[in-house]
Amino acid sequence: MKREIFVVADNIFTPLGKTTAENFENLKQGKSAIKQHHNAALSRQPFYAALFDKKEFPKEDRYTKFEQIVIASITDALQQSGLNTSDEKTVFILSSTKGNIGLLETETHTPELFDRISLSASAKLIAEYFGFKNQPIVVSNACISGVVAIITGMRLLRTGQYENAVIAGADVISEFILSGFESFQALSPGVCKPFDKDRDGLNLGEGAGTIILSSNPKYAGNIKALGGGISNDANHISGPSRTGKELSLAIDQAMKDADLSIGDISFISAHGTATSYNDEMEANAIALSGLESVPLNSLKANYGHTLGAAGLIESIVSVQSLKDHVVLPTMGFEERGVTRSVNVAKSIAASSKPNFLKTASGFGGCNAAIVFGK
Amino acid sequence: MPPQITYITSSCVISQGIVLKDGKQLFENKAADVQAFLLAVYQHFGLNYSKFYKMDNLSKLGWLASEVLLDNTLKKGDYQPEEVGLVLANRNSSLDNDLKYFDSIKDIPSPSLFVYTLPNIVIGEICIRSHFKGEHAFYIQENFDAGFIENQVNYLLNNNILQACICGWVDILADHYKAALFLVGKQNNDGAIPFSAENMNAVFNQLT
Repeated sequence: MKREIFVVADNIFTPLGKTTAENFENLKQGKSAIKQHHNAALSRQPFYAALFDKKEFPKEDRYTKFEQIVIASITDALQQSGLNTSDEKTVFILSSTKGNIGLLETETHTPELFDRISLSASAKLIAEYFGFKNQPIVVSNACISGVVAIITGMRLLRTGQYENAVIAGADVISEFILSGFESFQALSPGVCKPFDKDRDGLNLGEGAGTIILSSNPKYAGNIKALGGGISNDANHISGPSRTGKELSLAIDQAMKDADLSIGDISFISAHGTATSYNDEMEANAIALSGLESVPLNSLKANYGHTLGAAGLIESIVSVQSLKDHVVLPTMGFEERGVTRSVNVAKSIAASSKPNFLKTASGFGGCNAAIVFGK
Repeated sequence: MPPQITYITSSCVISQGIVLKDGKQLFENKAADVQAFLLAVYQHFGLNYSKFYKMDNLSKLGWLASEVLLDNTLKKGDYQPEEVGLVLANRNSSLDNDLKYFDSIKDIPSPSLFVYTLPNIVIGEICIRSHFKGEHAFYIQENFDAGFIENQVNYLLNNNILQACICGWVDILADHYKAALFLVGKQNNDGAIPFSAENMNAVFNQLT
């Protein structure tokens, strides 16, 4: 028997809201944080992205903006949980793709700066802020980082090494990141359209998310992290698999780990970046795993692609959807533009099934899937 | 399920101009800079893989270490693609290449440099080369945390998520580089040693 792993508390900290409840309310109302920006510090051209208001972070001395949003997100989740952070049974896991890389743009390049940029430095500062006793764990595995962080936490609790895991993910958008996606011609000239026939690229977004997991039986009755899987395409470092077979492997592994079958799944929270290749591959994978008829959504037109935070933010939104018995729609989607006839949710719908599947894929050919449920 | 005993089937350490396999020195080239050293390793071992030339130094280092590690150790057909995976860690993420990409932004941002601004790309390169499709993860650690790696890999092997796993450390920043990779499996082959944090640290410390 696998130990049961419960969701204790969570937070979403994005331009769309500072708590999970506020974010969820805005999503139900069909709001998006993506708008056009003219910001010469980030790009020579105007661009669409979901960014925090600059005024929200007037000072970046002890903690950078990246660290401030992680701290804000963890603070809210911890307050709900009542967890004692100095408990030796609690582990802190941080997920990010690029963390403080933006410091390269404003600071002198010295060995001290390079140490300051490292994700270990951020994890240490944040752990000290909250008084976490154990060595923090840092995941940096491209766009699946958030899902990998949750899977890592779930397993550390399953084996009994820890009892509680505080898992936070975040990324902020710098010229470094924006110019890279521009150079790949991956950015949409407007608000992105996941799975749509006219989809034309992704938007980037900023945000943080925190989920607190526990194996303590006192949380019995809460939604659980049920199973996870990770795979590699072994095909191309910047383009996804043509067949989707490898993401399908990760989905099947997660379903097996969760001991569930297709009929148990209420909806799929897809990666759905709205790039031509990602959505086509993802639809192939979902069909290969027999989940073609299960409603799926992508939140990328609400949040943009929040990189190392995406797996966390989108999982937490979906946990909230389960609690509310609804499936959220895919903003920006009008007409299916992928080969397989996946069931892209267009409007908010009721659902009574108790589990959902979250998928993610990224550069390096990485794929991940996780199942949550009751 | 009782935990199975797992073994380090082979190891490779590359640092300070030296290449070790299973503790034996196979190559030394102290005079060269990083770029030249990595190419010298590639040539010394008679490797022939055109993708090598376009990789960043982190991927080159990790890929070379994996080639030495797997040579005569893991044969094609030993495992299904999804039965082999990787758990890697380092200190400096992809900063070595991030600095090069950053320099390109002022002129024309280079997509071929940008793709290497993630530490897990080295995992992707090794998977492409050897057709590994199993679980993988990349962690950032201030120093090599062998105990953490041991727990992660044993979870994957004991739960039959993987049958073999390449794990360890691949780190590079400017002229400072170190790779220490381990092939871990369930068979007690000739020369295999028990897979433990202690044994990993002993191999890791063969070179500073």
